[in-house]
Formats: sequence, structure tokens, C-alpha cells
Amino acid sequence: MPEMTYLEAINTALREEMSRDPSVFVLGEDVGVFGGCFGVTQGLLDAFGPERVLDTPISETAIIGASVGAAAAGLRPVAEIMFMDFMGVCMDEIFNQAAKIRYMFGGKAAIPMTLRTPCGAGLGAAAQHSQSMEAWFAHIPGLKVVMPSTPADAKGLLTSAIRDDNPVIFIEHKMLYGVKGSVPDGEYAIPLGKGDVKREGSDVTVVATSLMVHKALAAAETLAEEGVEVEVVDPRCLVPLDQDTILKSVAKTGKLVVVHEAVKSGGIGGEIAAIVAEEGFDFLDAPIRRIGAPFAPIPFASNLEKAYIPSEETIIEAVRSLA
Amino acid sequence: MALSQEKLLELYRKMVTIRVFEENTAELFAKGEIPGFVHLYVGEEATAVGVIAHLKDHDYIASTHRGHGHLIARGGDVKQMYAELFGRKTGYCKGKGGSMHIADLSLGFLGANGIVGAGLPLIAGAAFACKYRGDDGVAVCFFGDGASNRGTFHEALNMASIWKLPAIFVCENNMYAISLSQELHQNIDDVADRAAAYGLPGISVDGNDLFAVYEAAEEAVKRARNGDGPTLIESKTYRWRGHFEGDPVVYRTEEELQAWKKKDPIERAKKRMMETGVLTEEEDKAIWEEVRSEIQEGIEFAKNSPLPEEESLLEDVYCE
Repeated sequence: MPEMTYLEAINTALREEMSRDPSVFVLGEDVGVFGGCFGVTQGLLDAFGPERVLDTPISETAIIGASVGAAAAGLRPVAEIMFMDFMGVCMDEIFNQAAKIRYMFGGKAAIPMTLRTPCGAGLGAAAQHSQSMEAWFAHIPGLKVVMPSTPADAKGLLTSAIRDDNPVIFIEHKMLYGVKGSVPDGEYAIPLGKGDVKREGSDVTVVATSLMVHKALAAAETLAEEGVEVEVVDPRCLVPLDQDTILKSVAKTGKLVVVHEAVKSGGIGGEIAAIVAEEGFDFLDAPIRRIGAPFAPIPFASNLEKAYIPSEETIIEAVRSLA
Repeated sequence: MALSQEKLLELYRKMVTIRVFEENTAELFAKGEIPGFVHLYVGEEATAVGVIAHLKDHDYIASTHRGHGHLIARGGDVKQMYAELFGRKTGYCKGKGGSMHIADLSLGFLGANGIVGAGLPLIAGAAFACKYRGDDGVAVCFFGDGASNRGTFHEALNMASIWKLPAIFVCENNMYAISLSQELHQNIDDVADRAAAYGLPGISVDGNDLFAVYEAAEEAVKRARNGDGPTLIESKTYRWRGHFEGDPVVYRTEEELQAWKKKDPIERAKKRMMETGVLTEEEDKAIWEEVRSEIQEGIEFAKNSPLPEEESLLEDVYCE
């Protein structure tokens, strides 16, 4: 299997799907000549031309609104919102239009669109360019929500997202773009809603999303040296959520830590914890621990930002408190 | 404009159908037979009919919360419309949408919309799809003077203009954004003036004159089909009813309403058609009678239709 970065994996999925299906097109701010703010769409303009790779005005509302309209009219748009933080600007188009059209119309319409957007802190980009808002979207019936953590998952899940007939919010982590990994060659699709056990272990389950999967894996290495075997579960999709894989792991370990970069309060971790409490209470030998960012906007100063983002050490401490 | 007698009668009948549909809806709503909210199109019939007259089967329409008229003008089925208003299984949306979300994708009708101004970017996308496929399809968005103050208006017109999309933006300026008169919600007389800001033609027409609307739309649709880009049409009209049924209408005068009723778009079309020998008094009577009986059939169909099964509650949240 070839090694490639998370960014290259996404780019490859876009190229392959655009080659395979002429109804797929890409639109967003600076996705053409500039190749995307982070370079994800690099080369697509040359490969597919300006008819299929559209540089848009700075108009998030129109980008997503037009994607919904084009999808309703039979195309398969892949829209980029440059930073997840900008999704407030096009929220009506996402939650009142894309998400609800099929249901409101009695199943007579489909909105096969993908919305790609980078989340996450770590670049010193402060409060309006660093957030992880996935819980907003996981709360809305009609949307699918995907958060890949590895290059292989990014390729496989984006391929499925583009082929899916529903609106999919595909959340990339900007600090993962440069991370390398093996990616299966050729066509590779991972079904949406299938979690993945990234590391097997028998003592404590850590359910982690996106960048936090990597921190959880690093924490697991350290803990293994102490004789604590951590199982790291990456749900990969928040909607649909693979409850079975999570519950199966908790049944084995009896202990659960949930970790995400988003603000802990009201985050998806609360939902996962509640599901385990409702469906797997008998499996639990200890209280569930949740790790997330504090209830504050994301600060700019490097030391403050570092203190804000959930760390490997926090995960280690949480696991130790249970083990 | 070469409107055949047949076409003229068809357009006239559609205006009458909208009127009778809406008058009956008002009555049914007042009796408590229709749940939720309804927003009626009475008085604005010439706009929907005059514009939609130019559309082909593969064209698209985005409608508004005041959308019954647009769907009837597009050839929508009044039985399924009433059934949807009544929340029945046989309705356009299987009772899931109601008045504000009626859609018929088979007619390219991308739905009424409960969010003011939401249709504008959607129609930019549908127009893009037409252009992308390279057929001669066009996409029409109806919206009100109130929606012309939303950011969606600005973003969609700009996008449609730079991409030369085959879109027609039809502002139904009925002079009120819910309770706020135009002079209180924007500092211009003509919404059409705003087109200049986006580099596209803007035209203001007498929206109660079927023929004026028809001609303006003819030009705009021709421009769009020729690949020359979008047009903004402002159709100045007036809604006879409140913003919604049950609206106490405290924000305008009875005199104003009566003055507009004298400009009834149906009466004006009838007068002109009678003057030109297209319509006789007897034929007119027959049209109204036929329409009334068609509407009654629609209402009966809806009333006799079953409610949606509770098991359908979770259907169609996602495509499988």
C-alpha cells in the first residue's frame, strides 16, 4: 500500500470520484487556482477544468445553498467551507435546507452533497479559525457526520460520502493534513457508520475522534509500559454512530474514557457516554470519564492554546484514574 | 408576444384556479380543518402565471411560504395539494411537509420554503445544474420584497451574475414584509434597482398585469436560455389577505386594500381578453364553474384521504 498524507488521500479521493462520476464537481473559496486554503484541492483545476472546479466568491451561504440546489437538480456537489468556524454563515442552508428537504418532501427528493471543512486548533489561529463544531451537526436529523483520523480513513470515507445520496458533513482536522499513513491503492470505500478499533486492549476503552485518536494511541503506548492495555475506538462517523463497536469494547474492558477536541459541555462525548450508560450500564466497573476542551473560546497565545487543547497527559491521567 | 387564444385561456384558467383554491383554503382554515400556517396568494396570481407560462418541463422553480400559486401555475395537482394541506397520506409530501413545504420534483418544483429568502441560492444551484448539463434549462426563484433584504439575495444574485447562470429572480413586491411596509424596510422604491449592483438587468413591472409580467419574463427566460445570464424581475403587486391566515392586518388600511382590489389581475386579464374577443361572458362563467368543481373535488379527495400511518414518522429522514 502506498504511503501518503491525509491531505493527499483526500485529494486522491476527490480525483477518483470526479473521474468516475461526471456529476461530481467541487466548489468553494480559493479551491481552484489557489488549490484550497490548505492545498487539499491542488491540481484539480488543471485536471478537470473550471466547469467542475469552481472558485466561488466569499459567500458561504451561496456556496452551500447552490450546492443544495444543484444536488436537488441531480448533481453531486462537493463543497469546501474554508474553516469550520465559517459554517455559522451557511447554517440555514445546512440545517433547514439540506438536512430536511428529503423528509419535508415526503422522500421525493435527495440531496447528495458533501460538505468538506477543516476543524481543529493548533495553528495559533484563535477563536474563529480553530473550532470543532461537530456536535452541532450530529444533532440534526438528515445529516451524516464524518470525522476521519487517518489517511486511509479519509480516502475511504470521503469516497463513500461523495457516493452517498444524503448530505454529508465531512470534517477534516487541519493538524492531520501532513500526517502520513498507508492507503489502499485504487478504489477504496469505507461504509459510513462503521467504527474502527485502532488499538486493541483489555483494560480501558478510549473512544476518541479525529486528532484525538492519535493522542489516545500515544497515551496507550505510555500506559502499556505501565501494564495498562488501552483499547482505542475511533467511531469515524458520528452519524450514523457505530454503537455496537463502542458497546462491544466497553463490554470487554468495563471502563470508558471519551475524548474529543471540542468543548466538553454539550459535546458528542456526552452522547456517547449516555448511550453506554443506557445500553451498557451493566458492563461498567467505573464511572465514565469525558475529556474535552474547557468551556471557553479558543485562545491565541501559544501557551494558552496548548493548555486549552486536550492533551495526551490528560488522557493518561484519566485512564490511570480508572485502571 | 404571440399568445394563442388557447394559451391565453389556459393562463386565465390558472389564475382563476389559484384564486378559487386560495379562497377555499381561507375558508377551510377558518373552520379549523387545516392545521398549521397558511399564507395565501390571492391578488398576486398574474406573477406566478405570467412567469411560469414560459417554462419547459426540464426547468426549475423555487417557491416561497406563499407558494400555492406557483405550483398551480406549474400544473400542480390540486388534489395532492389539498391532501398535503390537510396533512394526509395522499398529499404531495405524504403529510410530512404541509403548506410551507409542498414540492413536486417531477415538475422541477424544488419546494415552497419556510425560510424567507432561502430559495435564492438554491435556484443558483439549480441554474448551475442546467448550465453544467448544457441543456437549455432555466431556473426561476420567486421571493418577496422582504427577502430582498436578506444576505441570500445578495450572495445568490452575485454568484448567478459572475457565472452567467440561467436564472430568473422574480421579486413579488407585495409592499409588505409581514407587517413592515416597503418604505419602512428598504430605502428604495424599486427592488429592481438592486440588479445594477450585481451587473445584471433589473426590470420593474406592473405585477397585476398578466401581459406585462408575461412580456418581462419572456425576455428574461430568452436571455437565460441563450446563455446571457440572469435577470431580476420585480413584479409590483399586493396580497389581498394578511401575511398569514389569522393575521389581524393592523399595519395597513382598508382603503389601500380596496384600491388594490380595483386592480384585480384576474378582472384586468378578463377585460382585455373580452375586448380582444378571446373570451366571452359565458365562457368566463363556464371557466369559473369548472374550476370550482375541480377545487371541490380536490377538497373532497383530501377529506376522504387517510392520515399518514404513525410508522411513517421515521421514514425518509435519510435515503437508504
